[in-house]
Amino acid sequence: MTEVLSAAHITKSYGERTIIRDINVHLNEQEIVCLLGVSGVGKTTLFHILSGLSQPDSGSVMLNGREITGQPGKISYMLQKDLLLPYKRIIDNVALPLTIRGMKKQKAREKAAAYFEQFGLSGTEFEYPAQLSGGMRQRAALLRTYLSSEGVALLDEPFSALDTITKSAIHDWYLDIMQKISLSTLFITHDIDEAIVLSDRIYILSGSPGQITDEIEIEEKRPRARDFSLTPAFLSYKKQIVSALGPGSFRIQEKDDGLEMK
Amino acid sequence: MGRIQMPEHENSRKGRDAIARFQKHAPAVLNLLAIAAAWLVLTEGGIVPNYMLPSPVAVVKAFVSDFPTLMYHSGVSLAEAILGLLIGIVLAFLIAVLMDRFITCRRALYPVMVVTQTIPTVAIAPILVLWMGFGMAPKITLVVITTFFPIAVGLLDGFSGVDQDAVDLMRSMGAGRRQIFLQIKLPSALGQFFSGLKISASYSVVGAVVAEWLGGFRGLGVYMTRVRKAYSFDKMFAVIILIVIISLLLIAVVNLLRRAVMPWERVQEERS
Repeated sequence: MTEVLSAAHITKSYGERTIIRDINVHLNEQEIVCLLGVSGVGKTTLFHILSGLSQPDSGSVMLNGREITGQPGKISYMLQKDLLLPYKRIIDNVALPLTIRGMKKQKAREKAAAYFEQFGLSGTEFEYPAQLSGGMRQRAALLRTYLSSEGVALLDEPFSALDTITKSAIHDWYLDIMQKISLSTLFITHDIDEAIVLSDRIYILSGSPGQITDEIEIEEKRPRARDFSLTPAFLSYKKQIVSALGPGSFRIQEKDDGLEMK
Repeated sequence: MGRIQMPEHENSRKGRDAIARFQKHAPAVLNLLAIAAAWLVLTEGGIVPNYMLPSPVAVVKAFVSDFPTLMYHSGVSLAEAILGLLIGIVLAFLIAVLMDRFITCRRALYPVMVVTQTIPTVAIAPILVLWMGFGMAPKITLVVITTFFPIAVGLLDGFSGVDQDAVDLMRSMGAGRRQIFLQIKLPSALGQFFSGLKISASYSVVGAVVAEWLGGFRGLGVYMTRVRKAYSFDKMFAVIILIVIISLLLIAVVNLLRRAVMPWERVQEERS
């Protein structure tokens, strides 16, 4: 497997407070890797550094063997909100990364339109974001992320705003589409179930300052069976993660959408 | 693949919209009619003498008999108002962009901008006439002074109220400062720009008229001073109502522009 993205010895402080220390992560081609940790542990800080939006105090970020530390525009980054611009039609929202790179509007629209069916967005091309459901908006944001990438995407809690049913439908859809398009993904979540269902590998980020304290490989091959989350294998992964996160860092909620850390 | 075209717009909701519009506007229309009726009864019934309040019939008669003169003068005032408004928009735009881009500019200009708004227009108009003569220039200048402020403040608030996450997203896509301005800041500020423009549009005609009071040969303000000196209150009321109508028309134009420039707002209204 080829390594597409790697970050080495990343440390970042704001003022006196060190947010993350000596972080090493990597992402292989076509892989889905999850960064799991409690709120405030520095996940978003790390993503800002990986995307080039902010400069680390020390350490470097490499994309396909080239150093890109502090250079935005190389890796696509989907922020926590879908951030579809309310004043642009869906097609222009999705084509935004292309027009930013200087592509003519009509050509960018044509290129973007080719993916609408695959992303389940047919017929929404000329709607405004306000006219779309939550799940559709999220898929549109994902398509925009995909079009802005050179094959590597960072997703910050991409599905956290969705309700349970929509979430599990979008998980199936996401795994399905990942088989078809070539995209390597590093994503943030605080939902343990989501992490196990989607990921090939899970990094546990914990402590203060945040550090990578564990790395868990999910052996189950993709495409995964729909009932994977009901198997003993799934549960044992869950146990492993819960103990890796340590006591006190989360609260178990008896909810049907699984364990969520608060 | 062929060109990607927008689908034809559907007009199926028109009937329902008409009923909703009626329900929305009926109270205001009825209220205005009631005021007009009261006015008619008070004056025609002899309760209020004509030299204090002319009857609406007399006002309408004055309006009709003086119509060509009124149109000539409103043409002048409207030209001043619109020119002033246009210059005000350009000026507000330049100032807002500068103040948004350079914090020092903001610190230097903002207090001055507020001060210009505290100067009474009635006091500054004669000085402008003294400086610029009796032509259109002092009137347009006064309109610029009164109109640029609401627009500039609207734009500035819009620019600074932009979602920082949207800016981060644009940066992560490799967008530069200019692209962020054009794609995020400007469209996000449009709503506040039009709110400011609406206020300015309603000020602009009044601004021109006030400037005309204090020196000039043409315009509704000049007409007003003349009929006031002749104690023709019917004509006075006719011109007041005309100014109201012109201001309302200007506001309507701004609203139409807003709808044309911001089609997504209608979509959001329908959803909510």
